[in-house]
Amino acid sequence: MIALKNITKRFGAHTVLDGIDLSLERGEIIVVIGPSGTGKSTLLRCINFLERPDAGQLTVGDLTVDVPAARSEDILGLRRRTAFVFQNYALFAHKTALENIAERMIVVEGLSKAEAHARARKILERIGLADKADAYPAALSGGQQQRIGIGRAMAANAEVILFDEPTSALDPEWVEEVLALMKQLAAEQQTMIVVTHEMQFAREVADRVVFMDGGRIVEQAPPSELFTNPRDERTRSFLRKVLADNAPSVT
Amino acid sequence: MHALNLDYMAGLVPVLLDYLPLTLGMAAAGMVCALMLSCLLAVIRVSRLPGLDQAAQLFISFFRGTPLLVQLFLFYYGLPQFLSFLVSINGVTATIMGLTLHFSAYMAESIRAAITGIDRSQTEAAQSIGMTHAQTMRRIILPQATRVATPTLMNYFIDMIKSTSLAFTLGVTELMGATQKEAASSFLYFEAFLVVALIYWVIVEALSWCQRRLEKRLNRAYQR
Repeated sequence: MIALKNITKRFGAHTVLDGIDLSLERGEIIVVIGPSGTGKSTLLRCINFLERPDAGQLTVGDLTVDVPAARSEDILGLRRRTAFVFQNYALFAHKTALENIAERMIVVEGLSKAEAHARARKILERIGLADKADAYPAALSGGQQQRIGIGRAMAANAEVILFDEPTSALDPEWVEEVLALMKQLAAEQQTMIVVTHEMQFAREVADRVVFMDGGRIVEQAPPSELFTNPRDERTRSFLRKVLADNAPSVT
Repeated sequence: MHALNLDYMAGLVPVLLDYLPLTLGMAAAGMVCALMLSCLLAVIRVSRLPGLDQAAQLFISFFRGTPLLVQLFLFYYGLPQFLSFLVSINGVTATIMGLTLHFSAYMAESIRAAITGIDRSQTEAAQSIGMTHAQTMRRIILPQATRVATPTLMNYFIDMIKSTSLAFTLGVTELMGATQKEAASSFLYFEAFLVVALIYWVIVEALSWCQRRLEKRLNRAYQR
């Protein structure tokens, strides 16, 4: 179970997250949507302390952390219970696809290199990139790099995988393969929080869609409800705008 | 003016080459020690460890701000008067010490620049999988910084090899010291110093060749 209570983050005088409460059950898939600069990415980055929240409480699995009192063991504990998929992939540039996936198993879990590589190979098969095991990131397409990024997150066996706009940096031709892999994970009941502008993905995959604006959660509902019958005027105007932009993909 | 004594020069080469191991040995020892010290200094600077950071800055400022020859004299002739346990310090040790401290100051700044040049997303990715600061440095940042810093560090190594010639001012008979002696007994100064110059040149060229090979290898991960 994941629970956020009153998560607050300020950059100087600007309040980016204004007391966010959110919880999800194991296996649940949440898609976070909302205008740019509204704190969606910051919210994800606060869950694993890539950004340090200013106030609030975080629960991931069996670990509850009171943010202001968080010590470095707590932060490490949160990070080891979560996995993160970056917008720009952020693969380790000096490591092969296989090594990128195996790194956590070796360093954090203490597996032998042979064991870690054997497990990483299984993950490469699941993501359909077994033939790229020895390729370095620079030699891979954006779509392949992001799938390795997702593979690295899968290797963590985390309570939750946090996806920070995983397809936003991709050329359009690579978007589908990444979304397909995420759907495959969803079908396997992987708990995930996805920040994305892919409304079609949200409709198809999300158990719950969260609409954020101005550092707050404005409303949250199953996609069938939120997309067809949004309650708040801000949600309605946002959806009108993005659905008009995305017209061909919405049926 | 006399004709170049080629026979003398040819005969001098094997004599001088006997001193090559000492010259290269001092440079290699200095380089290994300087690499360790400079990595430590760079990590201290990058991590902004309170107190240690200021100490590292002072160290770097002093050893970059004073000539190597002055530092060597300070260690060899000066320090033993001050610290009695150093009375038995020999010229070779003092040279290695001087080279280490002097070059580590320069190298630390190169390594620091290489570290800060690594994209921030690499650190975040390492943090996101639960690596500690030390693990992130050792497994992700330093290996990538090595690639960036290698050309500069190799240049310092080349400079260090040539700087071992200053050891002769501490009475060490290395390549330069041996040449000086040979020249003084034969009076063929031009020939002798020309030979030693060529020897240094060949060593440096050989190293440059290794450097190109090494850089190619380090760049392997970055080929498209």
